[in-house]
Amino acid sequence: MNFLSKEKGLLSWLLTGDHKRIATLYLVSITFFFFIGGALAGLIRLELLTPQSDLMATDTYNKVFTMHGIIMIFFFLVPSVPATLGNFFIPMMIGAKDLALPKINLLSWYLYMAAGCLGLYTMMTGGVDTGWTFTTPLSTHYVNTNVLTTGIAVFIAGFSSIFTGLNFIVTIHKMRAPGMTWFRLPLFVWSNYAASILMVLGTPVLAIAIVLVALERTIGIGVFDPTKGGDPLLFQHLFWFYSHPAVYIMILPGMGVISETVSTFSRKRVFGYTAVAFSSVAIAVFGFFVWAHHMFIMGISNYSTLIFSLLTMLVAVPSAIKIFNWSFTLYKGSITFETPMMYTFGFMGLFTIGGLTGVFLGTSGTDIHLTETYFIVAHFHFVMVGGMLMAFLAGIHYWWPKMTGRMYPEKISQLAALVTFIGFNFTFFPQFILGTLGMPRRYAAYPPEFQILNVFSTAGATILGVGYLLPILYLTWSLKYGEIAGNNPWQATGLEWQTQSPPLTENFPEIPIMDHEAYDYEWLDGQKEKEVASVG
Amino acid sequence: MSDSQVQVLAETAEAHEHVHPPYQRHHFETYAQQNDATNFAMWLFLLTEIMFFGGLFTAYLIFRNWYYPAFVSGSHQLNIPLGGLNTLLLITSSFTMAMGVWCAELRKKGALVLCLTLTFVLGMGFLMVKTFEYKEKIEKHHVPGFHYSLQSFLAPETDEAAMAAHDKPLPVDMARHTEVYFSLYFAMTGMHALHMIIGVSILAFMIVRAQAGAYTTGHVTYVENFGLYWHFVDIVWIFLFPLLYLISRH
Amino acid sequence: MTENPEIPIDHESPEIHEREHHIVSPRIYVIILLALLVGTAITVWASYVDLGEWHAAPGLVIFWNPILALAIACTKATLVVLFFMHVKYGTKLTKLTIGAGVFTFLILVGMTLADYFTRAWGRW
Repeated sequence: MNFLSKEKGLLSWLLTGDHKRIATLYLVSITFFFFIGGALAGLIRLELLTPQSDLMATDTYNKVFTMHGIIMIFFFLVPSVPATLGNFFIPMMIGAKDLALPKINLLSWYLYMAAGCLGLYTMMTGGVDTGWTFTTPLSTHYVNTNVLTTGIAVFIAGFSSIFTGLNFIVTIHKMRAPGMTWFRLPLFVWSNYAASILMVLGTPVLAIAIVLVALERTIGIGVFDPTKGGDPLLFQHLFWFYSHPAVYIMILPGMGVISETVSTFSRKRVFGYTAVAFSSVAIAVFGFFVWAHHMFIMGISNYSTLIFSLLTMLVAVPSAIKIFNWSFTLYKGSITFETPMMYTFGFMGLFTIGGLTGVFLGTSGTDIHLTETYFIVAHFHFVMVGGMLMAFLAGIHYWWPKMTGRMYPEKISQLAALVTFIGFNFTFFPQFILGTLGMPRRYAAYPPEFQILNVFSTAGATILGVGYLLPILYLTWSLKYGEIAGNNPWQATGLEWQTQSPPLTENFPEIPIMDHEAYDYEWLDGQKEKEVASVG
Repeated sequence: MSDSQVQVLAETAEAHEHVHPPYQRHHFETYAQQNDATNFAMWLFLLTEIMFFGGLFTAYLIFRNWYYPAFVSGSHQLNIPLGGLNTLLLITSSFTMAMGVWCAELRKKGALVLCLTLTFVLGMGFLMVKTFEYKEKIEKHHVPGFHYSLQSFLAPETDEAAMAAHDKPLPVDMARHTEVYFSLYFAMTGMHALHMIIGVSILAFMIVRAQAGAYTTGHVTYVENFGLYWHFVDIVWIFLFPLLYLISRH
Repeated sequence: MTENPEIPIDHESPEIHEREHHIVSPRIYVIILLALLVGTAITVWASYVDLGEWHAAPGLVIFWNPILALAIACTKATLVVLFFMHVKYGTKLTKLTIGAGVFTFLILVGMTLADYFTRAWGRW
């Protein structure tokens, strides 16, 4: 008896309060949206094989990259780890029966689905072509596409995100098991906590920005219209006030996964637990101070540029602290190369490169040359795809046996991880060079001298696509034919591994008591000895 | 959970009993935990509201700084007695709401229903005054995007409110910027009114439930948390009133 | 009942909080209501009076009217938060939460306005 088999029937899923079922619903939905976003990416790379805009009209190309961005950011990256792995495992990791607000959790998923359906409808009725950044006055005055409906979809998705974050914060504060102090929490919980703070405080500002764009488009209120005395930059301030913290909303949960996998697969406690925990919160706090680094060339004052550039240097420090601590965790650890660890290594290398290029962009002098070029595109794909998506896959593979009770075939999964890594580098590394050479982003046509690098990039994208397709196939296969997994196939610490796979609906037969530190492998070995002794 | 709680849990688990009040959900260990958690959740929700209105306040502060004369003339079109009345109504409704929570805590059903009803009436009063104010704006064509008229600002002698405030005529450019003032006026008071409408709707539901005794069993959470929401909506108005109505009357 | 040193006492726990639960008396509510009404009256009165300005530095003039209006509004809001919303008798967590919200709000307003104000300062 487990959470999957306890109740049957469609309604028991659609009206569930069980955080694990909601997580499963989310997993299926975000995978669906990921593939739509991925298909759009495929179209982009196909178009960019040739310098001319010959596969599609430039207007269509604008719609394709806009929808790619919107779907990937709002419907895949933002909910990816929190709504699937976070929903599933935060209650278990803290020793609780469920999240604090199960009905709000379900509402979150319904809002996400409503937003997603609205987004799909928008795509099918002409799409939107402003870029995912909805820059004014383009989005308010100069396009005839579905800005309004897309805005509403993003607004609703924003509330889905807010409710998830709110739920996590309440749960982590109020529902920890006896003995589970803050500094005994797995670092996955700390990271999701920090991301949740960003969700709760940042997303409403995006909401109001969208409301103002909607009012400007429909009634013409003029707050962003220079001809009426408005300021287009005001929209950008409000938009980026959310959208910069949004990138931390996306990456922090992934960093949480990495903390877990790097420890388990080097069989060693995370080096500098306190530093990693506090750096998560530091990223969240500092993440609110740097948004105008997306606006250096837009007309903000020189003094703002100076301050925001300086603060951007500061926000890089906590991320670097994490990379150092994970590296020191590896040192003298018993490292094994199971699939989650392969993705983890991929993350650490690619996120480091992506993060460093972020520093180049944060320096306002170099940013003037590099912004709005393919350098930016490469930067954010390195951190989001090389970083976040790899972390997501690491997490899915790591916790798959716990969620489903099945193991996936190891060789194919390791192959897929390798293919993904190779494909990723072929796709996105050339884009750094393209950007430095001056190829602009969001252009369907480009000067012919850039073609060879674009062809490399598209070839890489094909390999990357295979790398992402394989997990869908073998993970689905494993549901029926995979080897049965025990409670703790990786011999990991953490309360979620001390109970059955898949878990019970109420997670634990009785509320566990936490009497050891996090990542305490000695305690785990002690448990095993006790088990062996009791059987013998 | 404290040690004594662990002890109690262990004992009751042995007894195969897990007795808890009917209004406690199963995933909470104790009623106090549920109370604490839902209270905290409401505060977090109010945080999102602070940031939501924050965007509008940012826009307001920028444009007031840029177009101060237009904002002054625009605010002279608002009726201070009516705005002041609305402020009094809302502050009093906050008082009656706080009293309602007190009644629920002391399990005084009749008094609770009275307090909730008074809060409801005061809230509806606010909305009625607002409707009257909006109607006035519509009649004078001061609604952005709907045949917005600059006449009151170019020729204040034709406008009663402008005359009462001794307004000078504005240059055409600045007169056009009064539309930004009214955009923000309608966006901010409209958003606030929307929250009021949601509030009075929930209040109506609560009055019915209170009459049925749902909130005087010791389960104060619902009333308390709604009270937080209501007080927050009051606080937003406490800022909107001076910023929109009282820009400068000297 | 023995103390288990491995299980620290959770000071955030609802049980400890409940023992401190405080029912605010109606007398306090009435006092606050009167304070709020007085504050409203002062704000309205002040808007009809020119309170002047202060030339703090070349090019930096501070007008007292909006500052007084905002100060009164902030005071009223604080009274509502502390007494009507029971925060004075609440947990540290509640106070921290409100602080975080106000802080983030001030960052949004402050840093955005800083951009607008410094545009007038021109190039280096």
